[in-house]
Amino acid sequence: MELFGIWIAAFLTLCIYSFLYKDNPFYRFAEYLFVGMTVGYGIVLSYHQGFIPFAWEPFMDVFTGESLFGLIKLIPIGIGLLFFSGLSSRHTWLIRFPSAILIGVGCGLAIPNVLRANIFEQTRGTIEPFAAINAGTLSGMEIFSAILMVIGVICTLTYFFFSVEHRGPVKWVSKIGIAFLMIGFGSAFGNTVMGRVALLIQRVDFLINDWLGSFVALF
Amino acid sequence: MTYNKTILYIVACTILFLYGTFAFSQEPETSPPSNVTAVDTPNDDGSSITVTWDTAEDSGIVGYKILRNTDAGEFEEIGEQLDADVSEYKDKEIIKGKEHAYIVRAITETEASVDSLQTGAVRATGQWFHSGKIQLFIAMIIFCGSILGSIYLSRNNQEVFVRRIPGLEAVDEAIGRATEMGRSILYVLGLGGVSGPATIASMTILGQVARRTADYETTLRVPCNDPIVLNVVREMVKASYLDEGRPDAYSEEDIFFLTDSQFAYAAGVDGMMLREKPAAIFLQGTFYAESLILAETGNSIGAIQIAGTDSEHQLPFLITACDYTLIGEELYAASAYLSKEPMQLGSLRGQDWGKVLIFLTIVFGVFLELIGVNWITTFLQRVS
Repeated sequence: MELFGIWIAAFLTLCIYSFLYKDNPFYRFAEYLFVGMTVGYGIVLSYHQGFIPFAWEPFMDVFTGESLFGLIKLIPIGIGLLFFSGLSSRHTWLIRFPSAILIGVGCGLAIPNVLRANIFEQTRGTIEPFAAINAGTLSGMEIFSAILMVIGVICTLTYFFFSVEHRGPVKWVSKIGIAFLMIGFGSAFGNTVMGRVALLIQRVDFLINDWLGSFVALF
Repeated sequence: MTYNKTILYIVACTILFLYGTFAFSQEPETSPPSNVTAVDTPNDDGSSITVTWDTAEDSGIVGYKILRNTDAGEFEEIGEQLDADVSEYKDKEIIKGKEHAYIVRAITETEASVDSLQTGAVRATGQWFHSGKIQLFIAMIIFCGSILGSIYLSRNNQEVFVRRIPGLEAVDEAIGRATEMGRSILYVLGLGGVSGPATIASMTILGQVARRTADYETTLRVPCNDPIVLNVVREMVKASYLDEGRPDAYSEEDIFFLTDSQFAYAAGVDGMMLREKPAAIFLQGTFYAESLILAETGNSIGAIQIAGTDSEHQLPFLITACDYTLIGEELYAASAYLSKEPMQLGSLRGQDWGKVLIFLTIVFGVFLELIGVNWITTFLQRVS
């Protein structure tokens, strides 16, 4: 059975890799299988991990008299059911209610976290090393890094000013900002490519050792 | 007489020896954990109770166990044994609406145990306001105030300048090219949920793109990764076609759910690119590892590609493989840039004021830290 699994996995891996040549029936087969399987899996997962514990069980607890807490679930269930109004062209507009609630709640939850993590913590991280400079606990290289960081942040921030025309000093400062961004992107690019190469090696290792190795086991 | 004294002396010594042997064979007495308190955890949703106690030094205690009762019932051990230096336990498995009392049991090296006094009964309740986040709230008010003020000024006919964003100027070029070639436009919203800022920004850009495709009668294909995003996108695109007076040109089948799995979605979109050969591809939203797979395939079919994301790890790939890329906040500015609506332009300028505030905070913060004044850092620590 394990051998069968290895052959299936190897066949599908080769089907997907055949895309490197051009679109072909093998790739299409693997693509449709992959898409179809994940949709089916997603439905089962949503049913067991979403619908049953969060809607059905609390709702049934009300009928069995175990807890009346499930009654409150009627509100989100009702809002969620409005998504099905899309099935009727006359009532499609009802979809706007659950959509608006989801976007509103999502933004409300996201904005404080974004402000905290992306603005306040980053600003603090930029300033904080200067306390250590004042205390005299940083080495020459660390002082240089702290100063470089402040210059980079200010220049990059200038690039993202949209209501100011980028000419004169603003233009040059924002150009330095772009240079900082590109250096950062280059570093991230190299780092991620190394990760992807590691994934490729893992897959090739599977084909050579597990799949081709199974030939040796057979003969 | 001397004989009696000797006897008495031997008896006294024997008694002392026996007492000493007995006394030293006993464990040093371990005192029970003191100052044990149980309080409703502040600033939570009423789902936990915090128990605290004083740890004793050099007492032979190797750990603590927590015992809990519910509504004056039997005490039962909860959780794992805690280390000897721990003096706080947050019980997150309480029953809402019930009263709980606690005992802290000290465990010694010889597995003996000493129980503290029982705490008073506590019932956990949720708080409407998180008092520890007042500073964050004030900071949010300042940021939001600058945006609302700018929107107000913008609505009162104060002109707002927006600098040139090359990626957005190419939108018309891309749509025009697709129209001339008689091919479709593929719009990919990425893998973000409906409440993700990048997805929301992408949907508003899509609304603007849909206005133009309605005018030019160009096919707009949108494969979605999230069923909720699908519904919102359908509504937005339909509204754009209606606004342009072309409801007949709107095709619901062109906006469809593909799959919610990351790489299956990438495989499906790649297949569409190769078979349909769209002339223009928009990759706008939240992307992960699939970004390069999508962008490279789009590049291989010769489509004009305009990308935009706030996922900083994917930006290098999009910059490499696409014709134009909106970097980070350019994606959020795109909608205002394309629509030129006063409200959105005002919001954009308000965000710039927010950036000025950050700019000044950094400059003053650095200066103050260098002279040993750290109240800006302290404030930022409180809000973050």
